[in-house]
Amino acid sequence: MTQAAPLSATARDPAPAIFAPRGGLLPRLIDWILRHPRMFVFLMVLPITLWLGIVYVGSLIALLIQSFFSIDEFSGLVVREFTLKTYGELLRPYNFDIILRTVLMASSVTVASAILAFPIAYFAARYARGRWKAVFYLGIMLPLWSSYLVKVYAWKLVLAKEGILTWLFAKLHLTWLLEAVLAVPVIGGNSLSVSYLGTFIVFTYIWLPYMILPVQASLERVPATLIEAAADLGATPRQNFRLVILPLALPGVVAGSIFTFSLTLGDYIIPQIIGSSRLFIGQAVYTQQGTAGNIPLAAAFTVVPIVIMGIYLWSARRMGAFDAL
Amino acid sequence: MHSDARAPLALRLAAFGGLIFLLAPIALIFVYAFTTEETSYQWPPPGLTTKWLAVTVGRPDVWQALGLSLKVAAISTTIALVLGTLAAAAVSRSRFFGRETISLLVILPIALPGIITGISLRSAFSLLEIPFSTWTIVLGHATFCIVIVYNNAVARFRRTSGALIDAAMDLGADGLQTFTLVILPNIGTALLAGGMLAFALSFDEVIVTTFTAGQQTTLPIWMLEELVRPRQRPVTNVVAMAVVLVTFLPILAAYYLTRDGEHTAGAEK
Repeated sequence: MTQAAPLSATARDPAPAIFAPRGGLLPRLIDWILRHPRMFVFLMVLPITLWLGIVYVGSLIALLIQSFFSIDEFSGLVVREFTLKTYGELLRPYNFDIILRTVLMASSVTVASAILAFPIAYFAARYARGRWKAVFYLGIMLPLWSSYLVKVYAWKLVLAKEGILTWLFAKLHLTWLLEAVLAVPVIGGNSLSVSYLGTFIVFTYIWLPYMILPVQASLERVPATLIEAAADLGATPRQNFRLVILPLALPGVVAGSIFTFSLTLGDYIIPQIIGSSRLFIGQAVYTQQGTAGNIPLAAAFTVVPIVIMGIYLWSARRMGAFDAL
Repeated sequence: MHSDARAPLALRLAAFGGLIFLLAPIALIFVYAFTTEETSYQWPPPGLTTKWLAVTVGRPDVWQALGLSLKVAAISTTIALVLGTLAAAAVSRSRFFGRETISLLVILPIALPGIITGISLRSAFSLLEIPFSTWTIVLGHATFCIVIVYNNAVARFRRTSGALIDAAMDLGADGLQTFTLVILPNIGTALLAGGMLAFALSFDEVIVTTFTAGQQTTLPIWMLEELVRPRQRPVTNVVAMAVVLVTFLPILAAYYLTRDGEHTAGAEK
């Protein structure tokens, strides 16, 4: 009798050695899912689709819809009727200046970070080794991951009128230079911490690591033999840089510029803390939705960076920048 | 790309100059934390003191803000770990309808400026009449933490050979065993690194948080209030230094974890 039971079990299940019976509901469920790959993928993708689809895209669409509403000028209440009036308000000189100012700032920050990032990335990719490789890696990662507000705060210390930069210029007997720069209209001001120049420096500092990393990644993929071949074939270092290295690093620069450009477009904290009182898009959105209570105009303002970034991403994709991310 | 030649002098100057530009302002924080000057940002500091360390430790508002920040970061990271890993596994293992859409959807919260995430969540909360709570903050944070975990996990899944999983199943491991004994050890360090970075990101986030926090104060919001209207500069100096120290450790750890991950089993294939 004790021998008959396993025998009859074997008769029903022809290959017990291979398909070992599995106990427990969870392993069975997992096995079932694994045997249905489509179901498996569906189940894995479902949570993130629900989360991002409902929480993120859902609220994004709700916001966009509100940009087609308008605000009643007398009661201050939102009128829920389709209109393009709010978008028309963006073209008023005061609002349009805000957009222009922000785009200009984002472009100059992007150009400046590309110029500053290139030598760092190039050195780290091509020459740094061993200990120096680690120093460069941490030297880029530390400012990247340090607290955003602490970095802004550090620059408030640096740029303050009584701060280290003024002191440094005085020690070098260059106070006249600093004063000359501050005397320049528009970008200058009372001190660096209340000027456009200050805003520009801080933006460049904060987003610089976002430019270095993709540029470095794309430079690391350039084979050293390619550069040697170009040199062997008679290219001067300058030609080599311009005709071989730069074109191959360009997707990295474009990928980095997506970050520097987008992050500058939407930031409202840096210009609020360091800079003149003239507004940027982010600040306009913040005040319109907050103190002014004009959600439709705030929503219309947010559409501007979305459209700009849409065009930007589309052209970046055509340049193959996404492979360098 | 690697060269044994020595770098040109101009390049070396530019590279090291850039590194100093990146690190010097952070170093400055450490000096200011000990200054005796209370009302301005005077340099050089007139004197050094450790008095403000003790004062900061005794401040309940700082501790409360810190507690809320840690809580939000822990919950958001957990959500991001689950959602991000699942999506990464699906995207890197198989091709399916909507695969490109998923990868775009994940990138979107960081490709678009944070203020857009913030204001759309804020207006959604007011439309649905959801009151502000810890959970409204978490909702915003998890959304952009997902991408960090996802990126780390996708990179590791690509390097881990799919043959390993097939081999484990062929040798009789059930799905759960395959996951705990084969998949998890292979992606573990990538998840840990991604999780820590997501934690750091959430711990530090301010732009989205100002829209989703209502009257609650996370540590970054506390800092922001001090930045806009400086009231206790010495305490702010000390908090800033503490925050730098706290973020420095996960970065170091993540560096060593992902570096060792270069030698993933089956990656030679």
